[in-house]
Parts: sequence; C-alpha cells; structure tokens
Amino acid sequence: MGSTKSGKQDYKQLLMEYLETGDESVLYRAEQFSKNSIQQSISPDEIVNEHYQSLLDIIPDMDDRIKSSFQFLIETMISYGMAYQEYHVLREKQIELRSEIGVAANMQDTLLKTQVPQVDSLDIGVKSVAAKEMNGDYHHFIIDDKGNIGIAIADVIGKGIPAAFCMSMIKYALESFSENQIFPKYILDSINRVVERNVKEGMFVTMFYGFYDVDTNYFHYASAGHEPGFILRKESHEFEEIDAKGLLLGVESEVTYEEKFTQIEKDDIIVLFTDGVTECRYGDRFIEQEEVLDVIKSFSHLPAQEIVDSVYKYFERLQDFELRDDFTIAVLKRIK
Amino acid sequence: MNETLSSVPIRKEWDIVGARQTGRNWAKDLGFGSVDQARIATAISELARNIYLYAKVGEINFERLDSVPSIGLKITARDQGPGIKEVSKVMKDGYSTSGGLGAGLPGVKRLMDEFDIESTDAGTVVTVIKWTRI
Repeated sequence: MGSTKSGKQDYKQLLMEYLETGDESVLYRAEQFSKNSIQQSISPDEIVNEHYQSLLDIIPDMDDRIKSSFQFLIETMISYGMAYQEYHVLREKQIELRSEIGVAANMQDTLLKTQVPQVDSLDIGVKSVAAKEMNGDYHHFIIDDKGNIGIAIADVIGKGIPAAFCMSMIKYALESFSENQIFPKYILDSINRVVERNVKEGMFVTMFYGFYDVDTNYFHYASAGHEPGFILRKESHEFEEIDAKGLLLGVESEVTYEEKFTQIEKDDIIVLFTDGVTECRYGDRFIEQEEVLDVIKSFSHLPAQEIVDSVYKYFERLQDFELRDDFTIAVLKRIK
Repeated sequence: MNETLSSVPIRKEWDIVGARQTGRNWAKDLGFGSVDQARIATAISELARNIYLYAKVGEINFERLDSVPSIGLKITARDQGPGIKEVSKVMKDGYSTSGGLGAGLPGVKRLMDEFDIESTDAGTVVTVIKWTRI
C-alpha cells in the first residue's frame, strides 16, 4: 500500500510540473509512471481517480460539471479495470500452463528417447524437431543381436498433447517386440491392433517401418499410409521411391500390411521422413517433392548426421525459422 | 454490530438501476470515496443482472457493519432460481459468458473486499462486503 501512496504523490507532482512547464521530459516520466503502475496492477479507473483527486487539489474552484464528468469517467472505466485485472490473472495462468507444457515436453523427450545404433555397415543420421512444444512425430530404432537394424518413423495426425500420449503408447508397443520379431509386416500388423484398441476415433497414425539386414544388405519395409521413402542410388545418382500399400494405423483392427524389400548397394542412401519435410511451405506455396529431394541430394556427399542437419537447416531458413509441422528425417547410408 | 439499511426487489431490468442507486447512496453515506462508490455500483449491477437473467426474481439487501477502524457495506443478493451447479467453474476467470468483458462473479469478487456464495437447487445467495479505506 505504501508504494501506491507514494505513486499517487508522484502522479500529482508530475501533473503539476506538466501544467507549469509543458515539458516533454515530464511526459517521459509519466510514461515511466504508467509502466510502473501496470507492474503493480493498478487499474485504469484508479489512475483516472488519481487524476481527478490531483486536479481537485490543484484547481480547488473547479466547475461542478467538470467534477461530475470525472465521476462519469470513473464509472465508465470500472469495467475496463475489471477486464484489465482478469487479463492479468489469465496471463499468469498462461505462463503457468506454458511452463507445465514445457515440463511435459521434456518428459516426452526423455520417454521417447531412442539411441541411434552404431554398426559397421551403416552410417545413420536422424533429425526430429517439433513445430510446437510437443512432438507428434516419432522415430525409433531397434537393433537385434546380429546387428540388424529396425527403424520406425511415425506421424500422429493431430498434434500436441494427445499426439504425444499416443506416441508413448506406440513406443512401449514397439519395445515389447522381441529381437527376432522385428520384421516390418509383423510389426505393423501388431501395432495396428494396439492403436485400434487404445486410441479414440479421429486419431490416426501413419508409420513406415524398415528392417535392414546387415548380412544380405536387403532393406525390408512396410508402410501404414506413411509418406513414401526414397533411396538415392549411387550408381544412377537418382532417387527411387520405396512405398508399400497399407492403411493408416488405428482405422481397422484386422489389417495385413504389404512387405517389400530392395537390395542396397554400397553408398546407396535410404531417406525416410514425415510430411513435415515434404510439405514444407514457402510463403503460400508448398515445396515440390523434387525440390526436397534435390536439397537432400546436394548434401548427399556428407556423413549421415550432417545430411539431416543440413537439410533441416535449409528448410528452417526457407520457412523463416517457423516450422508449421513437426519435422523428422532419417538417413541410412551403406558405407561397407 | 449489523444494521439492516434497506432491501431492493429485482423483478425487471429497471430494478437493476434502482439497486445501483440505492447502493451508491448508502456507500456515499457511509463515507466511501468516488472510486469505491463506482465499484460498489458495478458489483451491484452484476449481482442484480445475474438475478434478472437467471433467476428472474430476487432481492438485494444492504447492511451496515460497524467495526473498528472501518465501516463496512454488506450486500446480499438472494434468489430462488435454479442455482449454480458448479460454483468453482463460474468463479474461474475467463468463464463468464458475457464474452470476456471482465465481468461475472470473479469480477464482483475483485471489486469487493469479501465475497461468499452459496448455491443450491433452491436458490443462490451471494454476500459481498466492502470496507471503507482507512
């Protein structure tokens, strides 16, 4: 209370100075005064009243109509004051909520963490960035005792917190497979049943699952309505699309997924991503898929992690550092 | 020591103005300053309008509270309407259906010094008190 009292003294003092000098420096101090008042959540009606009270002191013979007009103005400002205080409370709540979401996002990062496998024959890089606090994209690696690699890339349709919950479920489902069950078709068939049973209508998940056999260098893959992947062939220096038919996860319980495979030669690069990459927007324009592939190709001489980092940086800049969708890209380069 | 000052029935929209006027007059009599008079009037408006809109009929009571060192104006809004099912919800900021104009019961609570509400399916009683500034 003491601070407001002295604040009120300040107001009268400032007003008197201004009436005498009309000086800009007094107006500047008035600006400081109002900022200070905002910090102390003093509402507009109180400032108007302060003005009125100061005027009564400064001009004791004020016209009664002017006095009444101030009463009228104060009355009019009361609702502004209420709205202003409500805004204050809501703003504090928003800060609180934001910090809670921050904690949840950290927790999601910890929960969904997956180690990029280190194997002799493959150089693997992955980059996943959330557009908002919570990531609706997910990638997961599995490595079996022979060093074969399973990779899942998924995108929950629907963003934010519900998507994040859904992802945790998928992660635990994926982790429950034993190492000799990591074949794409089997995994998608099973995950689909888990999603269908546990996720409400209206939430769908797309997933691409690939299995790299380090003995044969075959890449087996299946897709549940996910963006197709690509292989940049060393020999032709051209991209080859890899896609398999399959319904989104969670639509129907009894779905069997198609599984395909392709031979990977030395220095071929497998590229998998979510639609956050292929549907980057530049102004109002969606970026053509060829453009995305060209960018990837231009970095293809780099190590896998540098490829994905560079591709991300390129599109981040192109979109003015404002991602509209979660962005995930994984690159597997056969090096032996 | 409490002293009942007066009571204003609320039946039509015009009565809201009457309640405001009565409340302002008592506030003036008890020595409230002009901002507090305006706040009290706004709080009464809000309470009377709630009665008029949701319960149709009710009343606003005014009492004087003598305490040391300040004097209080106690306002009780009483109706036999359908009641508020989830009081904690309407007491949240941003809930008010008036389009976020900062009104509603949380606004009333902020305008006054003390606030209490009891609501059952037999009606609602809102009690608010404003103390004169020392």
